[in-house]
Amino acid sequence: MLERTAVAQRAETIEADDELPAISDRVTVIRPASGLLRIDLRELWQYRELAATFAWRDLKVRYKQSLIGAAWAILQPVMTMVVFTFVFGTFAHVPSQGLPYPVFSYSGLLPWVYFAAALGAASSSLQMNSSLVTKIYFPRVLLPLAAVTVPAVDFLLACTVLGGFIGYYHLSVGVHALLAPVFMILAAASALGVGLVFAVINVRYRDVPYAIPFVIQIWMFLSPVIYPTNALHHAWERLILSLNPMNGVITGFRWSLLGTTPPSTLQVLLSVAAAAVFLLVGLAVFRRAEPRFADTI
Amino acid sequence: MPAPVIEVEDLAKQYRLGQLQAGYDTLRDTIAHGASRLLKRERRPQPERIWALDGVSFSVEQGEVLGIIGPNGAGKSTLLKILTRITAPTRGSAVIRGRVGSLLEVGTGFHGELTGRENIYLNGAILGMTRREITRKLPDIVDFSGVERFIDTPVKRYSSGMYVRLAFSVAAHLEPEILLVDEVLAVGDAEFQRRCLGRMEELSGHGRTVLFVSHQMQVLARLCDRAILLREGRVVQDGPSEQVVARYLQAEGGTGSRRVWPDLQTAPGGKRVRIREVRVVDESGRLVDSVDVRQPVGIEISFTVLRDDVPVFPRIKVVDREGNNAFTTVDASPVWSEPPALGDHVATAWIPGNLLNEGLYTVEPGIASLGALGSSKLVHQARVPDGVAFHVHDPGEGDTAKGRYAGQFRGSVRPLLEWTSERR
Repeated sequence: MLERTAVAQRAETIEADDELPAISDRVTVIRPASGLLRIDLRELWQYRELAATFAWRDLKVRYKQSLIGAAWAILQPVMTMVVFTFVFGTFAHVPSQGLPYPVFSYSGLLPWVYFAAALGAASSSLQMNSSLVTKIYFPRVLLPLAAVTVPAVDFLLACTVLGGFIGYYHLSVGVHALLAPVFMILAAASALGVGLVFAVINVRYRDVPYAIPFVIQIWMFLSPVIYPTNALHHAWERLILSLNPMNGVITGFRWSLLGTTPPSTLQVLLSVAAAAVFLLVGLAVFRRAEPRFADTI
Repeated sequence: MPAPVIEVEDLAKQYRLGQLQAGYDTLRDTIAHGASRLLKRERRPQPERIWALDGVSFSVEQGEVLGIIGPNGAGKSTLLKILTRITAPTRGSAVIRGRVGSLLEVGTGFHGELTGRENIYLNGAILGMTRREITRKLPDIVDFSGVERFIDTPVKRYSSGMYVRLAFSVAAHLEPEILLVDEVLAVGDAEFQRRCLGRMEELSGHGRTVLFVSHQMQVLARLCDRAILLREGRVVQDGPSEQVVARYLQAEGGTGSRRVWPDLQTAPGGKRVRIREVRVVDESGRLVDSVDVRQPVGIEISFTVLRDDVPVFPRIKVVDREGNNAFTTVDASPVWSEPPALGDHVATAWIPGNLLNEGLYTVEPGIASLGALGSSKLVHQARVPDGVAFHVHDPGEGDTAKGRYAGQFRGSVRPLLEWTSERR
């Protein structure tokens, strides 16, 4: 890939009416790809507006094309919650940490639905924008990055229903609620990390897109959406599940808003570590494959 | 002297052949092949590789308009893709000083569901404009596109003409210091092409550097000061654009501006006369590949007369690029009414300035005589179809038969006529 050894760079304000433009001091050096696993943060910062534009576009398009627009964002987790309540709450009597099962499953579904949507969007982000990737240069990581931010809007909309539940069941929300966003950031980081790897594989292999929804589905059952972690009897089971960052995310999110059993410190640390590893590996894999995207996509 | 705006040094790009053809594999295939290789202890098959670019070096000064020409597959698009950082080189380096804008494809990233206005923001951001910059230029962009009535309609309802106009309008308001343009001019209607060219001329007139890839040789020769010719990933010629274009066209047609037959026995002709050499020359007698449309050009035919039994006379047929016969002409001078002296002769046909159109012309030189039974039959004593070729260019200074028109007229000839006009 190209290393931008570039460069003192000024804010770009080339005026429209300028006569002869002074040569800006932007210098771009193009060289063969080197194996450096380095993300150019300065460049990402320069392109922040483009990232925001991508997110804005996806959001606009999403709500324009659909019949009931924003209602989808609420309908999907609500319908799932109804089915789960019926199957797991009423028939299977899955424990729900003292919460009404609908509230229990819905509070798990909120971060989960976000994660699943973000992961799916990030995985297909390069494919969906192949015409851009082959024609314009920008840090490719902007595409998965924008992809994981868009579902956050759906998430916020769906949160209003949880607010309704809290009012309906007269549940109390404490100061812990301020920690909820932290768990969501953890979810976003995990979705981005895994999504980066999937996106790279997607560019290369045509059959992988079919596998991704399946992976996401399995992943849900390995996360405490329909059952609480403490329903697992063996410590080792819990430990292994803790390697799934969504474990800490969902348990933590539920605790912060509804005051259920908090995740153990170990569990939180493991989740954070797992998310960090996913993210670092994802970035490294992505960065390595990036120079060839335009050739292989 | 300031450093060049673009410095390209030994740039090379290798593609795996499979990569160019079938973009993908399936993971299943990869695993299956890997497993069978493992079982049979085979080596991984080496994919075939080709060099799309192979050691290209050149530099461009500020304000220069450089054309890049070459046959398909010569590496022109690969070069632009590397310079715009869409793909990385395999070897070599390029240094670019200044903000780069590209017109590799107008309308990149347009989304059908979004309105014209939304697409201006989207496309502008993709092309590297800031949001503030776009907001400031929005009225101009909308105005230039001529679609203001539909600016809040999703572009999927636009006609293709409106779509292209809007897309180009955004691109035209980019203010790069270095503009890279690929064959975009091939798409769109004549009006669109005219706007593109006008915009490029405007930019280059403001000291911007332009790199222009095109198959439209006449346009390229006029717009660019300098051109490089790529062939099989290498620079084979670098020089003034008319010359490079002329050479390229000559090479494409397999015909140059000079032909020589050193051996009399095999030279074209028969027992009466044989042609020994044909050259395209300018007024001062120098060999030329390309000539200004305003200047005369000479076709010089050297021939040897072997038998002096009938009168012969030189003749040329001029054929334009489409293969149309532009004209045929003979030397009617009384000199040729008697059988010529034995030995070597040189005859030069002068094609006046302001007669031919722009483009490549091929000349068939010949020596002819009249038929035995009268003057209604021409007998070719010697002739060379596709003998020589030359290129005519119009520098576009407004004093030729197309005035200030920047496009190209059709037709084999384009004489500068005398017009009379009066007011009634």
